[in-house]
Amino acid sequence: MSATAPFIPTGAGSRPVRVAPVDEVALEARAAVLCTRSIKTTSKRAALHLAIRCIDLTTLEGADTPDKVASLCQKAVRPDPSDPGIPSVAAVCVYPEMVGHAVDAVAGTGVAVASVAGAFPAGMSAIDVRTADIADAVRRGADEIDIVLNRSAFLAGDLGRAHDEIATAKEACGPAHLKVILETGELGGYDQIRSASMLAMAAGADFIKTSTGKIPGAATPPTMLCMSEAIRDFADQTGTAVGLKGAGGIRTAKQAWHYLVIVGETLGQDWLTPARFRLGASSLLNDVLLQLGKLDTGRYSGPDYVTVD
Amino acid sequence: MAGHMPVDKTYKLFIGGAFPRSESGRTFQVRSADGGLLANVSRASRKDLREAVRAARSAQAGWSSRTAYNRGQILYRVAEVMESRRAEFATALRDTGRPARSARREVDASIDRWVWYAGWADKVHHVLGSVNPVAGPYFNFTVPEPTGVVVIAAPDEPPLMGLLSRLAPAIVSGNTAIVLTGGAASLVAVSLAEVLATSDVPAGVVNVLTCDKAEVLPWALSHLDVNLVDLTGAPDDLGDEVVAGAAENVKRIVGGREGSDPVEASPYVIGDFLEMKTIWHPIGR
Amino acid sequence: MTPPDNDPRTEPFDLDYAPAPQSTAVVDIADEYGLFIDGDFVESRSGRTFATTNPATEEHLADVAEGSKDDVDRAVAAARNAYEGHWGALSGRERGKYMFRIARQIQERARQFAVLETIDGGKPIRESRDVDIPLSAAWFFYYAGWADKLEYAFPGRRVAPHGVAGQIIPWNFPLMMAAWKLAPALATGNTVVLKPAETTPLTALLLADVIRDVGLPPGVVNIVTGAGATGAALVDHTGIDKLAFTGSTEVGKRIQRATSGRRLPLTLELGGKAAHIVFDDSAVDQAVEGIVNGIYFNQGHVCCAGSRLLVQESVAEEFTLRLKRRMAVLRLGDPLDKNTDVGAINSAEQLRRITDMVDAGVAEGADLHQPDCDLPERGYWYPPTVFTGVQQSHSVARDEIFGPVLTVQTFRTPQEAVDKANNTPYGLSAGIWTEKGSRILWMAEQLRAGVVWANTYNQFDPASPFGGYKESGFGREGGLHGLAPYLRAAGRVA
Repeated sequence: MSATAPFIPTGAGSRPVRVAPVDEVALEARAAVLCTRSIKTTSKRAALHLAIRCIDLTTLEGADTPDKVASLCQKAVRPDPSDPGIPSVAAVCVYPEMVGHAVDAVAGTGVAVASVAGAFPAGMSAIDVRTADIADAVRRGADEIDIVLNRSAFLAGDLGRAHDEIATAKEACGPAHLKVILETGELGGYDQIRSASMLAMAAGADFIKTSTGKIPGAATPPTMLCMSEAIRDFADQTGTAVGLKGAGGIRTAKQAWHYLVIVGETLGQDWLTPARFRLGASSLLNDVLLQLGKLDTGRYSGPDYVTVD
Repeated sequence: MAGHMPVDKTYKLFIGGAFPRSESGRTFQVRSADGGLLANVSRASRKDLREAVRAARSAQAGWSSRTAYNRGQILYRVAEVMESRRAEFATALRDTGRPARSARREVDASIDRWVWYAGWADKVHHVLGSVNPVAGPYFNFTVPEPTGVVVIAAPDEPPLMGLLSRLAPAIVSGNTAIVLTGGAASLVAVSLAEVLATSDVPAGVVNVLTCDKAEVLPWALSHLDVNLVDLTGAPDDLGDEVVAGAAENVKRIVGGREGSDPVEASPYVIGDFLEMKTIWHPIGR
Repeated sequence: MTPPDNDPRTEPFDLDYAPAPQSTAVVDIADEYGLFIDGDFVESRSGRTFATTNPATEEHLADVAEGSKDDVDRAVAAARNAYEGHWGALSGRERGKYMFRIARQIQERARQFAVLETIDGGKPIRESRDVDIPLSAAWFFYYAGWADKLEYAFPGRRVAPHGVAGQIIPWNFPLMMAAWKLAPALATGNTVVLKPAETTPLTALLLADVIRDVGLPPGVVNIVTGAGATGAALVDHTGIDKLAFTGSTEVGKRIQRATSGRRLPLTLELGGKAAHIVFDDSAVDQAVEGIVNGIYFNQGHVCCAGSRLLVQESVAEEFTLRLKRRMAVLRLGDPLDKNTDVGAINSAEQLRRITDMVDAGVAEGADLHQPDCDLPERGYWYPPTVFTGVQQSHSVARDEIFGPVLTVQTFRTPQEAVDKANNTPYGLSAGIWTEKGSRILWMAEQLRAGVVWANTYNQFDPASPFGGYKESGFGREGGLHGLAPYLRAAGRVA
C-alpha cells in the first residue's frame, strides 16, 4: 500500500479512515494568510499565557544531567520567578534516563513529565526493544510518551506494520498519553504527512507531533495546518479528538502565535488548551517572557533580563 | 458528331451537408456579361439562416474536437478536390466577365491560399498561444480556441479568392461557418459547396447561403446562437442599427473595417476567429 | 498528563484578535478633487461635483468633480495633442522608462494606496495591501518592459497604436483596473482618457498625482471622474480611436451598440457567473478554501467570482458542511482591520441589488444559509451567503449577483458538470478541483470560459491574459495578448 493510500486500516472491527489529498500550493497559501493575523493588547497577553501553558519544555541532549533537568523543571514550574502571574508550562520533556529526576522536581506542581522513548529519534530498533523502552519510561513515572513513527515501514509502503507498531506502543503506555512523532521533514510531502497523521491517529495516538527536532525541516505553518486538517477529519470520521504538538525550530512568540491561529481557525477553540495543543521547545519560553515584559512595561527587554536555564 | 445538350446545374443552398432549395421558394438570376442566363440561384431567407445556424452549431463540437492534424488533412483534401475542378471554377469566373487568364490565376492562387491555411491547423497555436511566466508557483498557459459558430459575409470581389480567404481561416481552427454570398459570386460559392460535399468535411461545418446579404445579415447579427459575424463582404449601406444588433449577445464582429484587406493571408486572420483561454494550475509535490 | 476535563489549567481561551486597525495616518484626503486633464487638476466646466463616501462608515470623504461633456472634450483634445506631439514621437524605450517610474512610485507609496483603496471602496486592507496594490505596480512593470519590444510581439506583423484610447473602469478593483487599462495602452504608445467609477475615484486621482510626479508629459493620461453620463460622453466621443470598458454586461452591450456604427475598436470585460466545480477526489480542504476565496474575496464584487458551486453528488453533503464550517470563521467587519476577511459592500445601491436578488432566491425556494455574524450598525454590509437546493432555473443560479452569494448545485458525471457549467450566456471563468490530471485537462478544454483555474482560483498576474467568452466580453487584458487590443495592424514585415 502506498504512503498516500486513500484509506488507512484501523484494525479489526472498525471502518478504515479516509485520507484526503492535499494541494501543496493552496495549503501553503492558506497558511500564509493565517500567519498575517495580527494580535493586539489584552488578546496578546492571553495568547502569550496560553502559549506558555502549552509548552513542553524540552531538553533532549546526550549531555543532560540531573542538575540540568532540575534547573529545567524549576523554569517549567515558575517560568518567571519575579512574576507569580505567569503560568507553568504543560510539561517537561526529557530522555527516559532523566524521567526520575524530572518526576521528583515537578511533583505536586501540575507540570507533567513527558519522555521520548522507543529508540528515539530514529526508531530503528527491534519492536521489542522499543516497547521495552516505552514501558521503562512509564515505570519511571512518565505521564506522556513521545515516540516516532516507523518512517522506514511507512515509506516502504508497509502501512500495516507502521500502524500496528503504534498500537503496540499505545498498549505499552498504559495510563500514559501517547504522542506520535511523524518526523514530517522525512516524509516527502503533505500528502504523506496527512496520510501518516491519519495512520497514527487510527492506531491510537493521543497526540500527533511534527518532529523530533533532530533534523531540519521541522514544524512549519503549512505542516501544522495540514496536520490540523487531518485531526479535524479524524474527529469527523470517528468522533475522537486528537491533540497536536508542534516541535522543532519553534523559537519565537510570533511563531507560537501563528500556530495558535492555525489551530484555532482550523480546529476551533476547543483545541486551544494544553490538553489538545502543545509546543515542544526550549528557547521559545524566554522569547514569550520577553514579549510579556514588553506588554507590562512598554519597554523592549533583553536576554539578560530572563533566566538562562 | 451528335451534339451534347448541356445539363445545367441547379444552384441550391448548402446546409448541413445537403443541398436544399430555399424554404421560401425564391431564386435570383445570375446573368453573363452578355445578358445570357447563367443560373437561377436559390435565394436564402432568414429561416434558411436559422436552419444553417442549427446545422453549424450541431457540427461545431465534433469539428473542433478533431485533432488539428486531422483538420489540416481534411482541408488539404478540399484543395485536392478543388484542383480537380479548376476548369469549373475558372469557367464560373469567366462566365461572369472575367478574362480567361485572370480567372485561371485567381483559381490557382485561391487553391494555394487554401493549402496555406490548411497547414496552419497545427501551427497557429505556436504563434497565437503562449506559456506565461506568472509570479507564483503556477503553470499558466494560453491556448487559442474556436469561438463557435461564425457567419461570413463573403466579399463579392474577388469572388473565389475573397471567399476562400475568409472561410479557410475561420474553419481551420475548429469554427463552423455559414457563408452568405450573393450576386455573381454565388456561382463559385455553390461550386465550392459541391467540393466540400465531396471532400471529407463533416456536414454542417460549412454552410453556404446564396442570398441578398442585406436581407439576411441583420438576422445573423441579432441571432443569439451566432458567436461571430465577419463583415468583410457586407453591403456598404448596412445600417448602424443593424450592426448594433450584434450587442444582443456581445457578438464578435470582424472584417470590413475601412482599409482592411479582404484577401489578407495571415495567422492573425485566423486569430480574429479565435478565443484565448488561459489555464492555471499550481506546481506542487 | 492531567486529564483534560479537570485540568485547572484548561480555562477556555477565546481566540480574539482584538481590533488591529491599519493606521490611516499615511493618507491625507482632500476636501475636493478636480479632474486631471493635460497634466493639471482642474475644476469641471459645469462646476458640478459628486460625493464619495466610505462604505464601511457612510462617512463623507470628499467632493469630486463631475466631468461634463465639455470636460471630456477637453480631455480628448489634450490626449490627441499629446499623441500627435511629444508622446507619439517618443521611442518605446523612453515610454517604458516613464512606466517603470510609475511602477516604482506605486510600490513606494503602496501603503498609502492600500489604505485609501480600503477607505474609499470598503475592501479589506489585507486584500488591498496584498493583492490590489502589488498587482497594480506589477502591471506597470510588466508592460513597461514591452514598450521597446513590440516588434517581437507579433511576428510578421507591423503594429501601430490606435491613438487616443478611452477607458472606463469599475469600482471593484479601482487602482488595479486603472493599471490594467493604462499600462498596455501606454506601452503601445496610445494616450488615454480614463474614467474611474463614481464610488471609488480616489486612488485613480492619487495615481494622477504619481503620474505628475514622474513627469509623464501632460495629456498622455487624463482622468475624468464622474458617473454614467460622463462615461457616455466618452463612449460617444468621436475623437477616440479605441475604447476599453470593464463593467457589467448590461452596460457593455449598451456600449457595443453605441459604438458599432463607428466600428470603434472595443475591448469589453464584462460580467460572469462562473461555475466552480468540485469532484469527489479533490484535495477537499484546499477546495473549500478555493470556494471561499472564489466567492467571498472582495465581498464577491468580482466579475470572475466563482458564484456557482457544482459539487459531485457523492460528496455534496459532506462538502457543504465543511463549507459552512469554514464560513463560520470568516471575519466580517472593519475593512481597515488587518484581520478582516470580508469587508463592506461597495455602495448602498449594490447592497440593495444583492438584497433583492437574495430575496428572489428565497422566494424561488432555494435554502438560504448565512453564518452568525454581527453586521456593523453603520455602513453597507452583507453576510457571506450560500444557497443550497438550487436548480439551474433559479435566478440566483443564472444572474450575476456581484456580492458574497454562492449557490450550490450537484452533478453526477464530468459531462454533466460541463453541461451545467456552460449553460449560461456568460463565459468569463471557471474553476475545477480534482486530483486527476487527465480530467483537469479534459474539463479545461470543455469549459467555455476565458480563464480556467484548476486547483486554485482568483489568481491574477500581469503576464497572464484575462478576459471572457460569450457575453462576458471580448479582448484580453494581461500578457502578450493584452497588447493586441491597443495596436492596429500596419502592414507586414518585409
